Amino acid sequence: MADVLAFVEQREGKIGGGAREVVSVAAQLASEIGGSASALVLGGPGLTSAAEGLSTAGATSVAVAEHEALSEYNPEAYLPVVVNHLRSGNFKALFFSASSLGKDLAPRVAAALDVPLGSDVTGMEVQDGVPLFTRPVYSGKAFTRFSIDADPVIVTIRPNVFPVGDYDSKIQVSKFIPDIDSETWCVRVIERKGAAEGAVDVSEAAVVVSGGRGLKDPENWRVLEELRDVIGPDTALGASRAVVDAGWRPHAEQVGQTGKTVAPKLYIAVGISGAVQHLAGMRTSQTIVAVNRDPDAPIFSMADYGIVGDLFEVLPRMTEAIKALKSED
Amino acid sequence: MNVIICIKRVPDTETHIRVNQTGTDIDTEGVKYVISPYDEFAIEAGLRVKENMEDGEVGLLMIGNSEAQETLRSGLAMGADKATLLRADSYMDGLGIAKALAVELKDSDAQLILFGVKAAGSDQQQVGPMVATLLGISCVTEVSSFEFGEGVVTCQREVEGGIEVIEADLPVVLTITKGEYEPRYASLKGIMAAKRKPLEEREADFSHPGIHIERFSEPTTRGSGCILEDSPDAVAELVRLLREEANAL
Repeated sequence: MADVLAFVEQREGKIGGGAREVVSVAAQLASEIGGSASALVLGGPGLTSAAEGLSTAGATSVAVAEHEALSEYNPEAYLPVVVNHLRSGNFKALFFSASSLGKDLAPRVAAALDVPLGSDVTGMEVQDGVPLFTRPVYSGKAFTRFSIDADPVIVTIRPNVFPVGDYDSKIQVSKFIPDIDSETWCVRVIERKGAAEGAVDVSEAAVVVSGGRGLKDPENWRVLEELRDVIGPDTALGASRAVVDAGWRPHAEQVGQTGKTVAPKLYIAVGISGAVQHLAGMRTSQTIVAVNRDPDAPIFSMADYGIVGDLFEVLPRMTEAIKALKSED
Repeated sequence: MNVIICIKRVPDTETHIRVNQTGTDIDTEGVKYVISPYDEFAIEAGLRVKENMEDGEVGLLMIGNSEAQETLRSGLAMGADKATLLRADSYMDGLGIAKALAVELKDSDAQLILFGVKAAGSDQQQVGPMVATLLGISCVTEVSSFEFGEGVVTCQREVEGGIEVIEADLPVVLTITKGEYEPRYASLKGIMAAKRKPLEEREADFSHPGIHIERFSEPTTRGSGCILEDSPDAVAELVRLLREEANAL
């Protein structure tokens, strides 16, 4: 049997949104190679019950490593648990989400196992039992298709790109308590200044509302915040490089080649002209909307929908219209 | 404290990337190469360590073809003291690059090894933590600022909308993001001085890549979008299309 493992993330004891995508990709590969997909999740005591919902994404089993030292991410704690679990089974492939955590942990796991890593994959096709992956390079200005000759094959998948499967399989949940000696750690988390309650990172959000120089003043961000608030909880603010460089917005919000690469279901670019580096960072979004007063702004060449007009007129009306729509749901 | 900064040569981010005729790589004709922008943040961070401590050397380390010497000279012009080019003329995957760097770094006395958070090009974001794992030393990724304590470095990481404060034992690998390290421009004096700074070149320790790139392709262009002139109806129409056609709301 050749099995496939999905590394699933939890935050504060809740299984993360990207989990179902990772499990679904693992399940797809497992069904093509005649094995089964299982999930691994690491967290603090009491996590096991949260893991049971993963069955509908296609995993037949989920192993839950519970330990106080695993409640928050520390690579020193996580790396040995993942490596030992991989070695305990016959896993031909391992999938991570290309989240902040996945991008930190997956390279360490790959190096510890002496296998290469495919990062930030956006597509998978299986030919004769061999997975072929697609990933963007040059921030999406080009794509490569590649295979990985290694055992196991390890990749991270870009959030929001892969569909979530709807399987109705029974899931077997097993819990184990790893031995962890925090005395030997050479990296310690001193403090987490958490994001504001419910804040979602721009690279993982389902909807991104991005602003650029067209907003004219940092004070004017409230029109974007109002739009964000009516769209729903999984919505983040983004920013162009120009407004980050001007000190209007934090770098954590910057979308583009020297910021975050995003692929939300909906990307709304407001007052952003669309420099090539910005377009590179958001072009794999599913639906792109642009609002700009300049009809020749390059952003419109990338947009699925757009409105040419004054954003200070358009945005409040858009916010009202979406609010009305949501209240009918 | 001695610092080593691992950098990469990449096409300028302004470059209009085209895939070559055979789909085996990008078309490099007329492409201008620069230090990867994130690596410039790392160089800036490393130079500030030396300036603050008034002690130690800043070395640059790169894997690349012979033309990469020019890129290393740009880093020397920013203020680094010396540079090493590990020459590789064929494709190496991230693990291969990490192994070759680890071979070079394992006998180094550098307490601080810096990388840009990722190369603007391959965008893999993996070599730094791989090198640390191979060397068995600590590593913090996506660092926006850091300062030293007794045998440790305290780092700020901007992740998932929050900020983490991480303490790591030395020696350490850090991957640097934009944060507070706005890179300096090379002065004319720096450019002149760079010509005389030591630059060694030797073969990289080559390992066969496990990643096989089958082809490069250009992104599919989006069909022309539905762009409306602003009017009260236009916004209502947009919201309707987003709900009913794009299924995005």
